[in-house]
Amino acid sequence: MPFEWMVALRFLREGRAQTALILGGIGIGVGVIIFLSALITALQTSLIDRTTGTQAQIVVRPPEDEVRPLVRSVEGPGGVAPAPRIERPPQRLRSILNGAQAMAAIARLPRVTAVAPTVAGPAFALRGAANSSIALRGVELTSYSRILDLSSRLTEGKARLLGTDALIGVELAKDLGVGVGDKLRIAVPSGRRQVFSITGVFDVGNRDLNRRWVFVSLRSAQTLLDQRGGISTLEVKVDEIFAAEEVAQTISARTGLIADSWMKTNAQLLTGLRSQSSSSALIQVFVIVAVALGIASVLIVSVVQKSREIGILRAMGTSTRRVVRIFLIEGAILGLGGSLVGIAFGSGLALFFASLAKNPDGSATFPVALGAGLFLRSAAIATTVGLLSAVLPARRAAKLDPAEVIRYG
Amino acid sequence: MAEARREAAKSGPILRLSGVRKSYGQAVVTEILHGIDLTLERGEFAALIGPSGSGKSTLLYLLGLLDRPTSGRIELAGREVSTLSEQERTERRGQELGFVFQFHHLLPEFSALENTMMPMLANAGREQPGMRDRAGRLLASIGLGDRLDSRVTQLSGGQQQRVAIARALAMEPLLVLADEPTGNLDTETGDQVFALMRRFNREEGTAFLVVTHDPGIAARCDRVIELVDGRIESDRRTPGAEARPGE
Repeated sequence: MPFEWMVALRFLREGRAQTALILGGIGIGVGVIIFLSALITALQTSLIDRTTGTQAQIVVRPPEDEVRPLVRSVEGPGGVAPAPRIERPPQRLRSILNGAQAMAAIARLPRVTAVAPTVAGPAFALRGAANSSIALRGVELTSYSRILDLSSRLTEGKARLLGTDALIGVELAKDLGVGVGDKLRIAVPSGRRQVFSITGVFDVGNRDLNRRWVFVSLRSAQTLLDQRGGISTLEVKVDEIFAAEEVAQTISARTGLIADSWMKTNAQLLTGLRSQSSSSALIQVFVIVAVALGIASVLIVSVVQKSREIGILRAMGTSTRRVVRIFLIEGAILGLGGSLVGIAFGSGLALFFASLAKNPDGSATFPVALGAGLFLRSAAIATTVGLLSAVLPARRAAKLDPAEVIRYG
Repeated sequence: MAEARREAAKSGPILRLSGVRKSYGQAVVTEILHGIDLTLERGEFAALIGPSGSGKSTLLYLLGLLDRPTSGRIELAGREVSTLSEQERTERRGQELGFVFQFHHLLPEFSALENTMMPMLANAGREQPGMRDRAGRLLASIGLGDRLDSRVTQLSGGQQQRVAIARALAMEPLLVLADEPTGNLDTETGDQVFALMRRFNREEGTAFLVVTHDPGIAARCDRVIELVDGRIESDRRTPGAEARPGE
């Protein structure tokens, strides 16, 4: 073992009470960081899940129809050109040009984990005298399940969309009095209609969507909506939910299509989450500062206590560089050791908190997100803080005049 | 390595001081040493005596490369050292000098064996084969072979001072500087510690410079240098010192 490590470890081991106290202090600090991060990450994830769980993170659609006035507006010097009112054209249902190509291009982008084509349009569900306005969504279950997993949300039947299969929401099933195995007629405004057989009933956790969404196969929807071979939207999932907007902008730039991320369509939620994150970050910064001050003060006291020993070490041929290293190592060890205490403490606190309040189904009301990433990050921060906090004490130790401290202590 | 150095040192004195002055203070300058000329030969056993405030300790710290003279030259084994960088001085100090202080100054966190190894560890940066053996042999030779792993705080004052001597000799230095090595011990223990230093001087050829207040101790050194008011007042040989009682 290198000399500096040997001395640092022994100094720490022999300064039992001091070492234990500062480890406890760092432990509480790191514990608070762990607890706070775990809780806030989990709360945010569950909040986002609940709010946006049924939306794709990014929805890509074709550019809107624009009016292209044939008359060029005249802007003469000093003259005011009459600004004609331009009426927005009605938006018709359109397909993405070269949908398959666009899909392949998006799938190749970094951070994109899934792309699913959908064909969507308005329709009516008819059964006997009852009819209900619905949103018809043609999807491929294999690709769509990675955007929204319908099979896990089925209350009845199974997830299958072959031929004229259809999946409907629980509310619609109730309204129309139908269930798995029943027939359902679907009509689109253009007059086309088709009979589907219900293979499953889902509950996506949103009453309105449970009433309006009807999933059919991509091909059936294309036929009904007169979009043969076309794709009206591409739904995209990314690896990190907060990267959605960035990826959406890349998609727009690359393909010329309109790409809206959940962050844009839920701007208020995002603002809420952001301010929550920044207040948590602020708390963590103050905790880190407190931890750093604690480590630094303990080490400064230790330098003063051991000044004569440091003088002796110097007299025996220990270079100032080695003296500096001894204290830096002490700081880093305190940081790392304290973070281990803190990880245990913070995890314990988080799990205890989670076990206090449970939902009727046994899941925690306050979910916590504890993971290796969080632990590693906390340990790395604490070790770095320990090392940095030791710089001042270490320099002080190096500046000690050996002759003076040996004579006068 | 130590042998080579010793061979090199044979050609001349271990230590040669010429016109060494030392003053302290910025606004009010107080000169403690007023031009010291002194030569210490290889294998010498010398006492440095003088009243309190005569500059003994100041001189000792200058010789120990723990402090720099205000003016004058200090040569250690034929090489000027007062102008060397701090890093070089630390290396020379570690390899060529040993220290014994009045209050032993062992590191209480470590065992007797570890304390003895400390100069070797500090110089080499990590434990190397042979270090443990050498430290063990040194401690055994001073009668502490059965206390190797004892915490130094569990040893008596005399035992601690013996460990300090073993530590001073760990690097096979040319010269050991001892500041009141027996000042804190009772007469009998002090005599044992002194005898130990004389033994190492005789057996290993290590030179010693012992600062002392004790006329009895001074009388048993081969040479007595007396410092008064920052000047060397007298410098005399004491023939047959070794044969005196207490040895």
